[in-house]
Amino acid sequence: MKFPVHTSPYGRLPNDVSRVMAQVLLALVPGVIAMVWYFGWGVVINMAIATATAVAAEALVLAVRNRPVKRTLSDLSAVVTAVLLAIALPPLLPWWLTVLGTLFAIVFVKHLYGGLGYNPFNPAMAAYVLLLISFPVDMTRWLPPEMLAEVRLDFLQTLYVIFTGTLPDALTWDAVTSATPLDEMRTHLEFNETISEIRQSPLWGDFGGRGWEWVGNWFLLGGLFLLWRRVIAWQIPAGVLAGLLLSAGFFWMLDPETVPFPAFHLFSGGTILGAFFIATDPVTASTTPRGRLIYGFLIGVIVFVIRTWGGYPDAVAFAVLMMNMAAPTIDYYTRPRVFGTGRRDDE
Amino acid sequence: MLAAVLTLATLATLFGLLLGYASIRFKVEGDPIADQIDALLPQTQCGQCGYPGCRPYAEAIAAGEAEINLCAPGGEATMLAIADLLGKEPKPVEGDEGSHGIKKVAFIHEEECIGCTLCLQACPVDAIVGAAKQMHTVIADQCTGCELCVPPCPVECIEMVPVKTTLGTWKWPYPGENLLQRPEEQPS
Amino acid sequence: MITRNPGSWDFHGGIHRPDMKALSAGRYLGKVPLPERLVIPLQQHIGTPAEPLVKEGDQVYKGQTLARVSEYIGAPIHAPTSGTVVEIAEHPVPHPSGLSAPCIVLQADGRDQWWDGLPEPLPWFEELDAAVLRERIRWAGVVGLGGAAFPTSVKVNPGPDRKIQTLVINGAECEPYITCDDYLMRTEADRIVEGIRVLMHVVGADECLIGIEDNKPEAIAAIKKAVAESDLATTRVVTVPTRYPMGGEKQLIKVLTGKEVPSNGIPADIGVICINVATTAAVTDAVMAGRPLLSRLVTVTGEGVRNPGNLEVPYGVPISHVIAFAGGYTDKAYKLILGGPMMGFTLQDDEVPVTKATNCLLVASRDEAPDPEPALPCIRCGRCADACPAQLLPQQLYWYARAKDLEKCQEYHLFDCIECGCCSWVCPSHIPLVQYYRFAKTETWAQEKEKQAAEEARRRHEARVERLERLERERKARLRKKKEALDKKAADPAGRKAAIDAAVQRAAERKAKRRPEEPS
Repeated sequence: MKFPVHTSPYGRLPNDVSRVMAQVLLALVPGVIAMVWYFGWGVVINMAIATATAVAAEALVLAVRNRPVKRTLSDLSAVVTAVLLAIALPPLLPWWLTVLGTLFAIVFVKHLYGGLGYNPFNPAMAAYVLLLISFPVDMTRWLPPEMLAEVRLDFLQTLYVIFTGTLPDALTWDAVTSATPLDEMRTHLEFNETISEIRQSPLWGDFGGRGWEWVGNWFLLGGLFLLWRRVIAWQIPAGVLAGLLLSAGFFWMLDPETVPFPAFHLFSGGTILGAFFIATDPVTASTTPRGRLIYGFLIGVIVFVIRTWGGYPDAVAFAVLMMNMAAPTIDYYTRPRVFGTGRRDDE
Repeated sequence: MLAAVLTLATLATLFGLLLGYASIRFKVEGDPIADQIDALLPQTQCGQCGYPGCRPYAEAIAAGEAEINLCAPGGEATMLAIADLLGKEPKPVEGDEGSHGIKKVAFIHEEECIGCTLCLQACPVDAIVGAAKQMHTVIADQCTGCELCVPPCPVECIEMVPVKTTLGTWKWPYPGENLLQRPEEQPS
Repeated sequence: MITRNPGSWDFHGGIHRPDMKALSAGRYLGKVPLPERLVIPLQQHIGTPAEPLVKEGDQVYKGQTLARVSEYIGAPIHAPTSGTVVEIAEHPVPHPSGLSAPCIVLQADGRDQWWDGLPEPLPWFEELDAAVLRERIRWAGVVGLGGAAFPTSVKVNPGPDRKIQTLVINGAECEPYITCDDYLMRTEADRIVEGIRVLMHVVGADECLIGIEDNKPEAIAAIKKAVAESDLATTRVVTVPTRYPMGGEKQLIKVLTGKEVPSNGIPADIGVICINVATTAAVTDAVMAGRPLLSRLVTVTGEGVRNPGNLEVPYGVPISHVIAFAGGYTDKAYKLILGGPMMGFTLQDDEVPVTKATNCLLVASRDEAPDPEPALPCIRCGRCADACPAQLLPQQLYWYARAKDLEKCQEYHLFDCIECGCCSWVCPSHIPLVQYYRFAKTETWAQEKEKQAAEEARRRHEARVERLERLERERKARLRKKKEALDKKAADPAGRKAAIDAAVQRAAERKAKRRPEEPS
């Protein structure tokens, strides 16, 4: 009797790229719900626009590159990139900027380098940085959290703003938008106010900006879910948080009145999202265990440095991109000890 | 402006001295280039490149007299290795493309051999055993497949046969796209 | 030196799979009846193929040596039954290449007569020199029966400069589906312990550690009982956690003794020798009974066979015959795998014979061995490195093997890979990682061989050039000498005349000598 032949191992393999990506999307759900609760429907609309653009762009590029379209799309990596980008963008961003960013991420940063697994830079973050630098005004229009908002836009109004770029009648940008806690902190520090004074403002919650801190919490929940399911390794989030906390803590101890307290850094801006979802992108991060700790730690430090002394209020995207460049070198110098070499148990 | 000129001149002199010192202090005693090239050639000694053996070809390349793409038995791999060594542009290899990948050795059909010793004299690695009026035979292990013995034979009794793969010489194939082979497509 | 707390260490990585042992564990289907024809490959071991001692038409008897190896690393082949040698020719053998190899085809005469030239049993082996026992083990053709088939007589000869402290007996049997070692331990524990006594004497170890995975409680109990009833004071049974590849030699040694076999080294370098339980039982047969290795336990399992279980199979029996004895194929049978699902390979044809290395025949259904899909690109997730028991970076090895950069592969310790398959198993992109490493390894060996051949060719060429030049020089020297002699002669008329006179004188003398003998 004749049989077909193929190579070992035999059996139903337990892991799957599309399942990994699906779990990442699942883990983002709590955080997204929190964002919708505090900041309205903008993020969901952006997610829809980004996802649609990403899938269409990837299909087109794959067709041009003569690669199997359906199989590649089904690994869900384009969807994850799009969703992460959309979460990072301001809720009221004009639709064509979202499309531009997503196109840049998928076509330039991912496929022009060879597709999934070959890109050296995180596509979502590269696209975010492109938009931030090229369209600074639109990219810094954030909304106040629900409890502080004078004006709340409902679903249709949000749709209107996103697709037309103008506000519904009788509203002004000043009334609708507000600075982020990170923004606030910088501005007031520049006015030489002390931290205690700054904290009097109603903008502040228990440990971060009002509303923002809870978004951070819900994303943390998602991140812990990913850790539990072993989708991500603990070294990168631990490294990022440690790097940020230690550098912030060190400077805060030197001067508590001019440096924000460490917990503030943790729960503001994109820290939690960055630590658990963005820096952990396996393709662009370091791959060795020790290397991941160093990679994460340096991201944390760079985030603190840019936030305190750099030109932008939030720095996660820049930090991640910089460490993407360093990842291969970190990998080279943190190779683990091979069994039977170096230090081992002697008699 | 004078200050600028002076500064740049001083810097240039300084760096020039530094580089000069480094080039002497850290000089690498390496093989002469011809030896390194010879080490990359397959040593078939067939003469297809136009030079009487691999060493003369290596020396010609080192002297800049020969192109790097003349070695047919070495094929693309050898050409790329030489290009890499010398920092030259790769060129497509001349010579018969068909014989790549399948190693062949010479085989004398003994019933037709007349013992003329012409093939003995032609073999660049002395892989043919025999004497005048005695049977000639090829030592298969030592034959490099250069085919230099085939033209001189007056009775055309030398044939190039492919080397059979045994369990000891079989190699795992490079994993391709299609990992599932149908029984009919299996190699024999 | 006795190990303290054996089994208290762990190895990195490894995977958990459902062990699927229940299909065949503890089930014995009997000894496979001999078919008409046995096809016995001449190479059933690592090393040099054996050369036949018999020829076509010879009558041979059970246990008679049919082929012997003249090199050091090799093992002889014996006749599993009595009969006539039909031919010595190439036949398909169980190998991933599907190639054929030289085999002795034996027509069984049905009488199963033992050879009368078998050596005597050696129950007094403790008084004998280890070299004598090694020779006996070699004669018996004992090879590693865990699947690697390395000649045991070579393994237990570490040489005078390697002192052995620990003999490790490998009863882990970590691959899913395989249960033949488990069955052997349950039912022939005494035979195994006898073999341990012999091996302890041969290698001169201070202690023996028997490693058995904890999913085999009956086997652990049986071996413990046999050890307790024997007089082996320094032999201990150590229960190790069930995790693939616990049965890998290096991993088991690390878990039992805490020592790591050096990269590019062998266990004897750290004073350990590791032998499989079935091999140990075969050593008992060789030394205590004077019987060569003629058959082995094979697990036949999977959803594709009607009666899964363990069978005693003589070598040379076609696999189709074995499976027929195990009830035949079910209609679910989709693939035939020789070995386990992690390190085995598929066979295209079931007409190949069972050899010393055949530990399991897994007739898999589509569920058990689904067809592989084309791989997705590597997403650099690092799960492969987390799973690798050799602590390598499979990802890097993959990139370099894919690029055919063999030097870089070696830098990342390609040859420390034990090809266990853990990395391929956990890869989310379903990349056949082990295939890339197998390709890189054989490619590296082939390139090494080519380099050596080229070196040889260069030497021969240079020798030839030198020879021709020497002949040329000698020829020129001869010509020159001749010319000089001629010139000298021409320049010296007196000398010439003297030479001619002397020649005439010599001729006259010869003539005079001859004269008196002529008849008048």
